[in-house]
Amino acid sequence: MGKSETAKANNSNFLMKLVKNQCFIPLAALLLLAVINLLADPGFFKITLGYNAAGNPVLSGFLITILDSGSELAILAIGMTLVTAASGGQDISVGAAIAIAGSVILRVLCGTNSRPETLQAPIIVAFLVSCVVAMLFGAFNGVLVAYFKIQPMIATLILYTAGRSIAAWINNNELPVISEPKFTYFGEFIPGIPVPTPVFIALACMIIIGVVLKVTNLRLYTQAVGINQSSSRLNGLNPALIKVLAFVILGLCVAVVGLIKVSRISTINYSVIAKDIEMDAILAVALGGNALSGGKFNMAASIIGAYVIQFLTTTLYKFQVQSDALPAYKAVVVIVLVVVSAPTVREYFSSLTKKMKLSKEVA
Amino acid sequence: MKKKLAVLLAGSMVVASLVGCGGSEAPAEEAAAPAATEEAPEAEEPAAEEPAAEEPAAEEEAPEAEAPAASGELITVGIINNDPNESGYRTANDKDLKATFTEENGYSASFAYSNKNDEQIAAAQKFIQDGVDYLLLSAADTAGWDSVLTDAQDAGIDVILFDRVIDADESLYAASIVSDMDKEGETAVNWLRDQGLSEYNIIHLQGVMGTAAQQGRSGALDAAVESDGWKLVTQQTAEWNAEKAQQIVQSVIDSGESFNVIYAENDDMAKGAVAALDKANISHGVGKDVIVMGFDCNKWALEELLAQNWNYDGQCNPFQSSYIDDVIKTLQSGGTPAEKTIIMDEKGFDATTITQEDVDNYGI
Repeated sequence: MGKSETAKANNSNFLMKLVKNQCFIPLAALLLLAVINLLADPGFFKITLGYNAAGNPVLSGFLITILDSGSELAILAIGMTLVTAASGGQDISVGAAIAIAGSVILRVLCGTNSRPETLQAPIIVAFLVSCVVAMLFGAFNGVLVAYFKIQPMIATLILYTAGRSIAAWINNNELPVISEPKFTYFGEFIPGIPVPTPVFIALACMIIIGVVLKVTNLRLYTQAVGINQSSSRLNGLNPALIKVLAFVILGLCVAVVGLIKVSRISTINYSVIAKDIEMDAILAVALGGNALSGGKFNMAASIIGAYVIQFLTTTLYKFQVQSDALPAYKAVVVIVLVVVSAPTVREYFSSLTKKMKLSKEVA
Repeated sequence: MKKKLAVLLAGSMVVASLVGCGGSEAPAEEAAAPAATEEAPEAEEPAAEEPAAEEPAAEEEAPEAEAPAASGELITVGIINNDPNESGYRTANDKDLKATFTEENGYSASFAYSNKNDEQIAAAQKFIQDGVDYLLLSAADTAGWDSVLTDAQDAGIDVILFDRVIDADESLYAASIVSDMDKEGETAVNWLRDQGLSEYNIIHLQGVMGTAAQQGRSGALDAAVESDGWKLVTQQTAEWNAEKAQQIVQSVIDSGESFNVIYAENDDMAKGAVAALDKANISHGVGKDVIVMGFDCNKWALEELLAQNWNYDGQCNPFQSSYIDDVIKTLQSGGTPAEKTIIMDEKGFDATTITQEDVDNYGI
């Protein structure tokens, strides 16, 4: 009798812990979407092995598409989470910065000719140059935020407005097209490997950030700065430097995403590449239940949040929601998710359950 | 030390970003610099010859055409356009305008760029104050132009609209040179009908909803779907975006539905769609499983046609400047353009008949 009661208590404790875990909301959303799709059409989960036009084996299916297309957002969510946590604001210039990074890659690969027969530089060199450029732009944002104390959204507004023009200017307004098949490996498939490359790239980014958060003090310092800047300074941290660091890491994420994006289509369109991706990235952070005002963060939850957004997009495409209604559907789902995962609402619910428990005990 | 470094870094980035902005704005300012007073005797030639080859109205008044040119004065034009980085179309459009309205051709041109209506209106007011001879306008938005165009009229400035139409009384502008998006769509749909497929299962990738290009190109297809019993496998907006198009087509492929036509409202989206087809090993192009259609005639897209990987590309003509030039010559000679609304010639290219010459001439 007593044993079973403790078991029950343990059980409800476990449930409570699960519900309280920050990953719960995005995971539940993911599960809900999966169930809806399962009920509507079990074929959603079918994965088939086929061959692409070049004769290489490729896996295809909705789940693969979600993992593939969600990669960019997941990578961005990593950087955006750090920026949000450290600065208590968001970087709205990532889309424009991706255009710049992509443009730099193409510029280095093409040299002065916009239709090169052969690449003018190794891809790795082009990527490293774009990493440096993107990190510099990240540092630019970071310095404005950390040293000039400008609101992050306002500071990054500069690059948001100017970025795509800068990207076009880097390539003299031309649209380079790369015909080298090796360049498509990053956005599509490496011959012989049936899983899309972006999935591996995203996975690598997650592992790297996971290890970095584990072995360094990045998490502690970032949270400390985000929670209380002056007390973190009193404890010997340099808040400004840590904020800049967060923006630089986001810059690195931007460069990786830029590579994937331009590799997917072997060219660039300055005005639409990664359009509105900053909003999705911020949304991923919010869906992960992270406070947009900074402080504590949960990286895994943000990344899951990114895949939730992609899952939703793919689901809506699958159901062939009328094109003009698509954003509205997305908005409704997003509002519900964000409200449910908002810290205040969560607090309210936990106090409500506590009250219920109390009244039960009294009874 | 660290602080100094950071400040240095900030400084260099500010400079870098200013240079970046400057890069795109510099031409406008350079052009705006008062080159108006410079003499250009060559201006005489085109001014005298061109109208003669023009409409009858212009021919009658031809002798007078020499008057402004003979005095050596340049015709000042204020050109308000959308951001040239907006698309390949706009880049080609801007290049074309810059190539035509040069001092050699007898013009002194100032350029202003914005995708925002209020900024465009402010630029127009500035041009009116500067007392330009002609105001050329590609409006960002159709509404809100009445008062500023009335001001222009009061100041004796002729307004010529290009590329975009506006909601204003016809009397407020001298001419409007536009693409007929409906016709572009119809040309494409007629071509598709002529292919005589046994069944039409179409993936329709739309541009940003509500834009003139989207409405014209979608309208024609919608009408044909209704009248000819074609089937739309899916109809969604990819917002001119290659990656979104790729995802939409991918989702159709994943769901296992069959289709044999991709009707993409611009080249980028067609490219994204083709990437998804390649991934699933679905053949496309001339004599293959799926017909691929695009719009805008980007050079790389026409090359795809030449290689028979795509089937059709519809032109959206960005080269209005020669039409504008003709209108100005007519007005200078005291005539009025024969038509208020001038619709440009636009072609549709078929992969089986396209030549390298077409690619060079019409690729943007």
